[in-house]
Amino acid sequence: MIEVRKLIKRFGMKTVLRGVDFDVQPGEFVALLGPNGAGKTTFLRILASLSHPSLGEIRVAGYRLPNEAAAVRARLGVVSHLPLLYGDLTAEENLLFFGRMYGVTKLENRISEVLEMVGLSARRHDLVRTFSRGMQQRLAIGRAVLHDPDVILFDEPYTGLDQDASSMLDDVLKSVAAQGRTVVMTSHDLVRAEDLATRFDILSRGIIAASATRKELSKSNLLSFYKEALAG
Amino acid sequence: MVTKSARLSKSVTERSTSPNLFKATLAIAWKDLTAEYRSRELFSAMLVFSLLVILIFNFALELDIKTRQSVTSGVIWVTFAFAGTLGLNRSMAVEKDRGCLDGLLLAPVDRAAIYFGKVISNLAFMLIVEIVVLPVYSFLYSINLFNPGLLAVILLGSIGYIAVGTLLASMAVQTRTRDVLLPILLFPVAIPVLIAAVKASGGFLNGDEFSMILPWINLLIVYDIIFVAIAFMVFDYVVEE
Amino acid sequence: MQPKSTTLKILDIVSVLLLAVSTYLALIYAPEEATMGQVQRVFYFHIATAWVGMLGFLAAAVAGIVYLRAQNPKWDIVEVAAVEISLVFFFITIVLGSIWARPVWNTWWTWDPRLTTAAITELIYIAYFMLREGIEDPDRRARFGAVYTLVGSLSVPITFFSIRLFRTIHPVVIGSADPSATGTFDMTGGMQVAFFFALFAFTVIFIDLFWNRIRMGNLAAKVEQLKLKVMH
Repeated sequence: MIEVRKLIKRFGMKTVLRGVDFDVQPGEFVALLGPNGAGKTTFLRILASLSHPSLGEIRVAGYRLPNEAAAVRARLGVVSHLPLLYGDLTAEENLLFFGRMYGVTKLENRISEVLEMVGLSARRHDLVRTFSRGMQQRLAIGRAVLHDPDVILFDEPYTGLDQDASSMLDDVLKSVAAQGRTVVMTSHDLVRAEDLATRFDILSRGIIAASATRKELSKSNLLSFYKEALAG
Repeated sequence: MVTKSARLSKSVTERSTSPNLFKATLAIAWKDLTAEYRSRELFSAMLVFSLLVILIFNFALELDIKTRQSVTSGVIWVTFAFAGTLGLNRSMAVEKDRGCLDGLLLAPVDRAAIYFGKVISNLAFMLIVEIVVLPVYSFLYSINLFNPGLLAVILLGSIGYIAVGTLLASMAVQTRTRDVLLPILLFPVAIPVLIAAVKASGGFLNGDEFSMILPWINLLIVYDIIFVAIAFMVFDYVVEE
Repeated sequence: MQPKSTTLKILDIVSVLLLAVSTYLALIYAPEEATMGQVQRVFYFHIATAWVGMLGFLAAAVAGIVYLRAQNPKWDIVEVAAVEISLVFFFITIVLGSIWARPVWNTWWTWDPRLTTAAITELIYIAYFMLREGIEDPDRRARFGAVYTLVGSLSVPITFFSIRLFRTIHPVVIGSADPSATGTFDMTGGMQVAFFFALFAFTVIFIDLFWNRIRMGNLAAKVEQLKLKVMH
């Protein structure tokens, strides 16, 4: 579903990603782990077509980036640590707007479905400005899955959430993944990642330093795997 | 220039395969207007600011009957330009602050839709403020500003100002110094619009012959066309990374 | 670090010599103008510096367009070089113009189209540097700089035209002279020699400065690169 070959990203003369190879099969849930400044967000922004690669080949859902960005965008949902929502619009209006931007058909029904899924049906007509951080984040996920994308990218979705909000988000994330979508999530929260992902990739100093599936990894040593990858 | 036009024609074909440029433009404008209708943040800020500017001019210039005649077009355009900057800054900052610009860029729509959508809503904000300011000014100084020619000039001038302002505001909000940068970027390149708009407005207010005003109107139209076209062409470079 | 090329070194020396000869022609060789007197001698350098400012302005516009097409940082360096030269030379033009205007028109500043347009161009260039100053990412800085140069290079001619629609009191020296404008004069043979030599000398000086400034920009880029290498 995602193929990345020798991806290099430079900002001016500073190289942030120095040859990333990365493959994700359909239905996989990959947690992309790594310390701050390792290039996780940059990498995800490139996959999301928000940033151009300096060199390298990228295919998402069968389409090349950046040349076929529009086709990729139609098949991609993104949730970042910012809500990407308009505070002065209601939950429904936000979804209505983004639905139109994606050309979603039978939009009214789809909005009801999505609001149901993220547990915000009751707040449908409330301004997003009045939502708690956790509710905004759930609505952001609703926004990301509105057009039924094949691939979903999560960039640090837990940032700024309290315990309750995080566990509610867990449920939503699980239901999103359970619908057979391909998911890539960046996080520095190993516990959350361990709970959700089927594969763990460690990004360090601009390359994928290590990769292991859940099967290859017994639950107890994700932390030691992570530390080893960073040290190696 | 040959290669340039080759590139442009290529992107035009891409655009035509995307069926929803028009719909996406309207969706963005609808979104801004709905949000603004609800909060009225921009409208009230721009309006109060405009009235304050007029108030200050009243004392700074001692707008007695004689001076009024000659400076009215200048006063209203300075007011509109200042209020317009306020609106442009805010309207783009809303997109940047909560990552909404990324949200727009993630949608499978042409970037031109984002530009035109923002131009439509910014223009709407500016025109609404102008529609309220004009009668207030007429009332305060008993000058009749309801002149179809003047209204046409205001429309043409606002289009040019917003066309280039939307482009520059999109850049300004992505910089460190964003709050102060927009007027500094915008005013020097908007001078032709302001000169032409002031002259044409003044011409209509003084009842000049149309042939005297025509060159200024032509200038406004030329400016509008050039800057809508150029902003449309370079907007990709401003929002894409 | 590559040393200065021989051609550039020769050009440096030629530039200095041309400047000296041009100064001689303007201040001593050219005959005194009948009505304006000695102050008219300012004119030779006033026009020549304005000419260089124009060259820089055009070079910046071209470099901006090429940068947007090619996205090669080299063109950003060229653009900055051109803008800097144009900024400095238009400033000199304005100062010399004021020196001329004081005795001839009895005012330091006139709102003449050319003078005003030069001043507005200065403001655009100052805004240009303020814009660049506020951006960290070098690619974005270059892109925004090029876009703003392009916007400026389109608006400046329109500005000139619109101020001209007002009226002009500036003397038109070559071409159709408006007899009513004060400060016009006919160039005699000696004046023409000084005038055209100044244009030629300053064109060479422009090329020399431009070349040196681009070289400096390239060296600065190299220094930046080496710094990053050391840090890693």
